[in-house]
Amino acid sequence: MLLIPCPNCGPRDETEFHYGGQAHVPYPENPADLTDREWAEYLFYRDNTKGAFAERWQHSTGCRQWFNMLRDTVTYDIQAVYPMGQLRPATGTTAPTVTSPVSPEGAVK
Amino acid sequence: MADTAALENSKKIQTLRTSPASLLWAAFEAGSVAGAVELREVPFLTMAGIRVDPGGDAGKRLGKRTGGLPAASGEVRSIGDTAALWLGPAEFLLVAPAESHDSLGGEIPRALTDALGDAEGQVVDLSANRTTLELSGPRARAVLEKGCALDLHPRVFTAGTALSTEIGGIPAILWKTAEETYRIFPRASFAEFLGRWLLDAMREFASTEVP
Ligand SMILES: [Zn+2]
Repeated sequence: MLLIPCPNCGPRDETEFHYGGQAHVPYPENPADLTDREWAEYLFYRDNTKGAFAERWQHSTGCRQWFNMLRDTVTYDIQAVYPMGQLRPATGTTAPTVTSPVSPEGAVK
Repeated sequence: MADTAALENSKKIQTLRTSPASLLWAAFEAGSVAGAVELREVPFLTMAGIRVDPGGDAGKRLGKRTGGLPAASGEVRSIGDTAALWLGPAEFLLVAPAESHDSLGGEIPRALTDALGDAEGQVVDLSANRTTLELSGPRARAVLEKGCALDLHPRVFTAGTALSTEIGGIPAILWKTAEETYRIFPRASFAEFLGRWLLDAMREFASTEVP
């Protein structure tokens, strides 16, 4: 069980929270201009990071507020908790992040 | 409510109400252990959900009956038996006696709706949303600790604190109203489950302690 430090309520059990997936995925500025593939990638394609991963969480059983969290996907170490809308903070020691420029189906991002 | 006939009629209708945990009242009485831990339902408390910026004018107007709105997690503000519990940075739960409801001649939530006026926010009558289970006695904390991960030690969880959390695996609001008294607000549909869960957790205190 993770003990997640809610910025409003303090540390609470993981079961009190709702996971919101990868953070910092901006809504396209002009969705109508996107091809079907680009739209599908915006909707469904997410990083599969090994190491520090920025994700969104909501304290659903407590204050019901959303926040961002930087969590190491290998060690489960919670490195930072920061408000929605704020840029991802710099991280300390993390496992190397491998970003693939190519999506599984071969389209270049 | 100015209309006395409507009020009389409303009061008559209220006598037909059944509270969410009423089917367990006999079990609560049988399962309570005097001097250790006791459980009862406090039915039909008036509750209103308030969503407003607590710093704004509307927030100040809405906080009038409780000496302001609470400012941080855990905080409760109250005047007499009307209290405002902190649920979120802009979300509060007002709890008042049953007779404070405007259908019984009181003025909640009508007066709150008036206080909000045209400002941004909302006031919702939530009196039927949750019921109240009152757990009290020197072993009440031990009972809660079986299914609540919060640190309930009196050093940390002091009387006059209310937190929204999980008890027995279900979401509930836990309000420590006195040193050995807790009010638990489960949603109505969870009342029977939580009532039975608490009875089960209380059972060990009915038998003599094995040294
Ligand atoms: Zn919270």
